Amino acid sequence: MTDKLVIGGYEFQSRLILGSGKFSLEMTQAVIEHGEVEMVTLALRRANVGGQEDILEYIPQGITLLPNTSGARNADEAVRIARLAREIGCGDFIKLEVIHDSKYLLPDNYETIKATEVLAQEGFIVMPYMYPDLNAARALTAAGAASIMPLGAPIGSNKGLCTKEFIGILVEEIDLPIIVDAGIGRPSQACEAMEMGVDAIMCNTAIATSGNVAQMARAFKQAVEAGRTAYLAGLGRVLAKQAEASSPLTGFLED
Amino acid sequence: MIIKGDHMTYREGMEVIDSDLLEKVQSAMENYEYQQITGAEVEQALQKDRLSVTDYAALLSPAAARYLEQMAVKARQETRRHFGNAVQLFTPLYIANYCENHCVYCGFNCQNRIHRGKLTLAEIAEELEAIAATGLKEILLLTGESRGQSGVEYIGEAVKLAAKYFSTVGIEIYPLNTDEYAYLRQCGCDFVCVYQETYNSDKYEQVHLRGPKRIFPYRFYAQERALRGGMRGVAFGALLGLDDFRKDAFAVGLHAYFLQQKYPHAEISFSTPRLRPFINNEKNNPRDVHEKELLQVMLAYRLFMPFAGLTISTRERAGFRDNVIGMAATKISAGVSVGVGGHKSQDKGDEQFEIADGRSVAEVHDMLIAQNLQPVYTDYVRV
Repeated sequence: MTDKLVIGGYEFQSRLILGSGKFSLEMTQAVIEHGEVEMVTLALRRANVGGQEDILEYIPQGITLLPNTSGARNADEAVRIARLAREIGCGDFIKLEVIHDSKYLLPDNYETIKATEVLAQEGFIVMPYMYPDLNAARALTAAGAASIMPLGAPIGSNKGLCTKEFIGILVEEIDLPIIVDAGIGRPSQACEAMEMGVDAIMCNTAIATSGNVAQMARAFKQAVEAGRTAYLAGLGRVLAKQAEASSPLTGFLED
Repeated sequence: MIIKGDHMTYREGMEVIDSDLLEKVQSAMENYEYQQITGAEVEQALQKDRLSVTDYAALLSPAAARYLEQMAVKARQETRRHFGNAVQLFTPLYIANYCENHCVYCGFNCQNRIHRGKLTLAEIAEELEAIAATGLKEILLLTGESRGQSGVEYIGEAVKLAAKYFSTVGIEIYPLNTDEYAYLRQCGCDFVCVYQETYNSDKYEQVHLRGPKRIFPYRFYAQERALRGGMRGVAFGALLGLDDFRKDAFAVGLHAYFLQQKYPHAEISFSTPRLRPFINNEKNNPRDVHEKELLQVMLAYRLFMPFAGLTISTRERAGFRDNVIGMAATKISAGVSVGVGGHKSQDKGDEQFEIADGRSVAEVHDMLIAQNLQPVYTDYVRV
């Protein structure tokens, strides 16, 4: 089957993207392996390049690094962090995060759009983290984003698809890959999102806080695959209760 | 004893900002009657995802002491959710210990005949280099509170040096005006720690006998001025045990809570210095802060503001620190010297307090690894 995830012209087999901030670094390797992950985020602010616990030393060959701009409070800071990521050899992918709220860590769509515009023009493959708003998603598309990463629930909350309806609208209306980022707490939620036609899932806390990270990584991989397959197959008919009226509503046409 | 001036009146040169935070915090604190709070209210608070101010009040009450284990379990979950297993490492560097204040509880106070000192810029550079060699990337620069001996420009030069070696630079110095914070921000400073000591203004007046620190509201508004000056983060704390620790801890939380509402980008963190009870037994004053009370305060901070940083200092013993890190605390100091300098050469001045945990950076690193925690050296990229 040639069902591949394509972002910025690059192809991926795996539809599970791993966030790395909440694991011990040696755990990252186990998760990559068991989750068959091909893309891992890297918080540049955590990259202690050449120093102690440098995450770059723990990422196996063949994995696409997705540096993020966490810590950026506005478009300008995000742009500068992205440029720095490129300078230290992290490639052209950038997961754009612009957060101006230390409490809920909700993304600032307006600043994110501004940064996307600048970075896309500089040749970055921009994957913006956003609050699922259709107008903002359209603006991000117009600004040159390579994918859209709406949040499912507040980051770290493990609450699942609180924004399901709005993500569904993005799936319908936006032609770019839609990747649910933040809030996915359990494999069943990842599966549910994939069934809806979301293109990929990004996950960190749910795996990081489980009892066995390697096993949970595998569970997520399986859930994402199951959801994807179900989407491709087309979900079957589910009858609502009292769906069939006893005397047909259109019966009058026969009168 | 000559008492110099009204403690609520700003002195010349002290910036007054337009803010109502002090009134908000003080009125909430005055109305906080923790003896009335019941176990049922504590249980309610423990069931919530997001705690209200009323829930926070419940968790700091004597009634909540019976729920310490439940609080710890929930706090650990919250810490994991927001920080994963990441723990930030840093060390303090005292660059001077001259002080113009007379605070009756403090070893640095200007009436004490201690060995005073101040590092030259060359000495600061040596100290920074020695600390950087341990692998640390975050540093907290401290002075005593003396504008005369350690002026803003001197501190600015120290910050510039520190920013060359460290990705995060904090300061714990006397309160400044907004433009001075903006200057230090330009020099490379990221966050500012100011501890109010006590939020009870009457008590504050009694224990701060002279010096600029006597001015209660100027100190209270330091964090807000720091944020207006462009700082990324601010740290809060009361010297627990100086007055009623429950009320003070309540005020600390509200101070941070209201400020973050007003400046949503501000990175908030807490520290929990305490006056140690004279003798460690239960017969002491109920307001004494033993480890149990200290832990209750830390857990309440964590549950009320799960996103906030919480630092555990070497004032506490290793056994306590090792257990609260990852449960409530997210930041730990290591390789600490609390004399002036002391990382590269001999101390140039006496210590402010005695440390209870003298472990090196490597030892603290290994402790974290053994607990399946992740030592984080850098958590900020300066762009």
